[in-house]
Amino acid sequence: MNPFRFVSDVSHEAIVVDRLFFLLVGISVLIAGLVTALVVIFGVRYRKDSPAPRRALPQMLKNEVEIGWISATAFLFFFIFWWAAAGELSALTAPKNALDIHIVAKQWMWHAQQPNGIREINEIHAPINTPVRLVMTSQDVIHSMFLPALRIKQDVLPGRYTYLWFNAQKAGTYHLLCAEFCGTEHSRMTGRIVLMTQPEYSRWTETEAPTHGLAAQGETLFRSLGCSGCHGPNASVHAPDLDHLYGHRVQLSDGRVVTADEAYLRDSILQPRRDIVAGYKPLMPSFRGIVSEDDIVRLIAYLKSLSTKNVLNQQGERQ
Amino acid sequence: MTDITVDRLPETKIGESYLDEGHSLASWLTTTDHKRIGILYALSITAFFFIGGAAIGLVRLELLEPHGLFLTDEEYNRLFTLHGIIMVWFFLVPSIPTTFGNFLLPMMIGAKDVAFPRLNLMSWYLFVIGATFTIITIIAGGVDTGWTFYTPLSTLYANGNVIAAAAGVFVVGFSSIATGINFIATTHMLRAPGMTWTRLPLFVWAIYATSVVMILATPVLAMSLLLVSVERWFGVPIFNPNNGGDPLLFQHLFWFYSHPAVYIMILPAMGVISEVFACFARRKVFGYTAMVYSLMSIAVIGFMVWGHHMFVAGQSPYANLVFSFLSFVVAVPSAIKVFNWVATLYGGQIVFKAPMLYAMGFLGLFTVGGLTGLFLASVPIDIHVTDTYFVVAHFHFIMVGGSVSAFFAALHFWWPKITGRLYPDYWARFGAITMFLGFNATFLPQFVMGYEGMPRRYHVYPEQFQVYHVISTAGTVLLAVAYILPLLYLGWSLLYGNRADRNPWHAAGLEWETLSPPPKENFERTPTVTSGPYSYGEDAEPQAHTA
Amino acid sequence: MSDAPALLHEPWPSVERQREGVSFGLWLFIATEILFFSGLFLGYTLYRNLYPDAFKIAARETEVFFGTLNTAILMTSSLTMAVAARGATRGFRKMTLWCLAVTITLGCTFLLCKGLEYHDDIDNRLVPGPDFKLKPPETQIFWAFYWVMTGIHAVHVTVGIGVVTTVTLLIYRRRIPLATAAVEAMALYWHLVDVIWIFLLPLLYLMGRS
Repeated sequence: MNPFRFVSDVSHEAIVVDRLFFLLVGISVLIAGLVTALVVIFGVRYRKDSPAPRRALPQMLKNEVEIGWISATAFLFFFIFWWAAAGELSALTAPKNALDIHIVAKQWMWHAQQPNGIREINEIHAPINTPVRLVMTSQDVIHSMFLPALRIKQDVLPGRYTYLWFNAQKAGTYHLLCAEFCGTEHSRMTGRIVLMTQPEYSRWTETEAPTHGLAAQGETLFRSLGCSGCHGPNASVHAPDLDHLYGHRVQLSDGRVVTADEAYLRDSILQPRRDIVAGYKPLMPSFRGIVSEDDIVRLIAYLKSLSTKNVLNQQGERQ
Repeated sequence: MTDITVDRLPETKIGESYLDEGHSLASWLTTTDHKRIGILYALSITAFFFIGGAAIGLVRLELLEPHGLFLTDEEYNRLFTLHGIIMVWFFLVPSIPTTFGNFLLPMMIGAKDVAFPRLNLMSWYLFVIGATFTIITIIAGGVDTGWTFYTPLSTLYANGNVIAAAAGVFVVGFSSIATGINFIATTHMLRAPGMTWTRLPLFVWAIYATSVVMILATPVLAMSLLLVSVERWFGVPIFNPNNGGDPLLFQHLFWFYSHPAVYIMILPAMGVISEVFACFARRKVFGYTAMVYSLMSIAVIGFMVWGHHMFVAGQSPYANLVFSFLSFVVAVPSAIKVFNWVATLYGGQIVFKAPMLYAMGFLGLFTVGGLTGLFLASVPIDIHVTDTYFVVAHFHFIMVGGSVSAFFAALHFWWPKITGRLYPDYWARFGAITMFLGFNATFLPQFVMGYEGMPRRYHVYPEQFQVYHVISTAGTVLLAVAYILPLLYLGWSLLYGNRADRNPWHAAGLEWETLSPPPKENFERTPTVTSGPYSYGEDAEPQAHTA
Repeated sequence: MSDAPALLHEPWPSVERQREGVSFGLWLFIATEILFFSGLFLGYTLYRNLYPDAFKIAARETEVFFGTLNTAILMTSSLTMAVAARGATRGFRKMTLWCLAVTITLGCTFLLCKGLEYHDDIDNRLVPGPDFKLKPPETQIFWAFYWVMTGIHAVHVTVGIGVVTTVTLLIYRRRIPLATAAVEAMALYWHLVDVIWIFLLPLLYLMGRS
């Protein structure tokens, strides 16, 4: 199968992008054709010493022509903007029930972790007909996750999370590329995304599953790093309770209210003094330099499991 | 209505040509004559044009094979970085303003020189110092960050000579600023009697708009490169994410310059095209006022669209929408210019000399470049094609198809004025057509492979793209021929070409009223202007001679 | 105006026009300088909003004594520079030369104080890097900006001193006329450098002490 295609039907969004693209191609061909035709016609008709009459346009008509095409182009461009923006806005945020796959990029490989702890290198397995969200960060420079078949791309930044989501509708193996120049082996930082039907994906996760899921690994870290000493149920220190934290709103001491998402949890581990929860003292030390990006991924997976464990054990088991 | 009037002294009193004011090397290296400084710039940027061209020639050869032919990854990265740095800062940004702007701007407004002649010379020396840093970078082994110097790659991880390369760009930036200040002051303060703002040729307006962008955008680039160098040299954290540095801060600063820089490259080209179209269609430029306003609005709105380079960089999606909207807004004046050029042809007496062919090449390629700009301004499409060959093709259509074509149009249009010699028009037209064909063969396939998902800056690539790369490389050969050809016939013209009289094209404009080549003080007497530019067409006297 | 011929340079039609031109050119240069520093101020503002606490901790370590002293020195030098510029146009040769000399001296004093301050900062381990004494790591960003901002400003002062010294010597030896447009241009530049300092003072010295 040719993984690069000029028209993609791998996801609904890809179809939308293609449709917009070919609309613009059509408009462009029309405009470029108009310009070429006029240049050719004028060039032939008004070549030097040709017999065609040269009448001067009245000033009034000149102004009308000018105003006419200013408004026509402006109207056309705003229409394209509106069309494009509408497509953009509808695909802005991932649905709440999206399957989260964590990505850590580094020079020059993609490191993926499935919700149940399966680790992959330069490969992502994902189910179709399911919203899938990639939660991505980089250990070194800026990379960019590019999935051409799905018509999506997102830069992967050091020091923060960026997200990319898709809902594929066609199984297959497609390219996964790094699109932001990231150093010597940039062009070798490639891999593949394997889109599978849901039963296939479940079978794959079962055969590949490690003994401990991501959240379980996070729980181990949570104890070994000493987090449980303050945040645990029997702690003597007055620290916020982390059960049911993920995805919920948090009142901060400076009056702001934030939602506890991945970025917030990550910041709270690395820069605990930035967002102090209302009613608590800024006691927690920073774990910057102590935990790796992979560790943070595990810790966050554990914290997420704390907030969903009564509903569903783990996201991976939702399938 | 009368023509532009110049009171002319008898021929005997005319000073000798600026070229005969001294033939020693020292007389050139210490000159404050804007025309000679224009020549110095022309020689320097031509050298860099061919160095940058050689670099990309190797890259294109390497890309014939999906797994490479003769370069390592590291060498490949250094070559395309070199190509970008040299072509952007040592050719395109200075190209038209410092050569034709320097040579023509004072003459077009009837001045003896630019406002600050010594500053003008200093700007060339700054260029030379910056160029020296770049040459040092090359000799020391190059730099591997891409011309964009993104942090933290450039500050913490790159292996190349980032500081030397950044120093070169930093210094050459101040050369741009000096030139910009000079042009603005000249246009404001030294216009000849009667040369009102609405009588300025569009080339002067274009250079003026460019200069405004130069003095306001370039310092921001200078600061961001300075910060990169400081961080890399002293290990002081400014962008370092391990200390909480923001990875996007540099991109914002960089694109705040580098998007307007695109307009630094294209605005002067638009000015050239207006002059050439008017002359060879024997018509007033259609809609002079609209042309001026569109130049200035491109310059101003150009400062507000930098975020469209960062749609996938991780900025807020709402910011994306705002930048997308503004990018569509800035496309409107560009479109108007294209229509007005076409309308200028209406009812003309069109002559297809070499400058006109280059200008028509510009028109076609710039139109395609502009239209593909609409694709990139649309967020969903940009998300897919950014950092692919689609973007590469788009900006080459604007910068090479646009600016470089216009540079060649200007070169052929004003060559008789600058050198006092005529060139063989047949070869020049052959060159123009070869350039147009070679350009399209090189870059049209890149749109296709870009949309199919071929990322830029890739040394090895999936095999299904090979066919496009081969076509593209073949086009490059044609393009190289088209670029080398003028060296031959223009060199021939310098030695054996017929002498040009004052106005071989029968063009309107003050620069054509003086001798070819002009005397040191440009005009025998300060001209007095009594009418607007482009006195061709319906209002002009019938032209007695053939162009 | 016996020195008028020497005053007028090539492309200009009159001395008056030339004077206007030089000052217009310098204003354009000032616009460039403002944009140059605005990159720094933008970065500073961004990080200060991201890490307000770290910036407070870090800013407490700057030497407010030297900051204040240097402000006074620069303000005084601006005054003498303004007097010199006015004196030059009125033809008060002696006063102009004296004022320029005082300006140069004050400029050098400023650099001396800056040097002493840098010395203290280095002793206090306030150079970002492995030995840096403050925590959290974001404090290093503040100090990075401190060094870059004051360093670039000091380079501007040094350039200013160089230019003022050259022009003063040339006037003193009567190589260029007293009424040269250069004095006014120099004065504009000098004031610009002072104004930049006025912005740096609260950002770097007063911020941590409010």
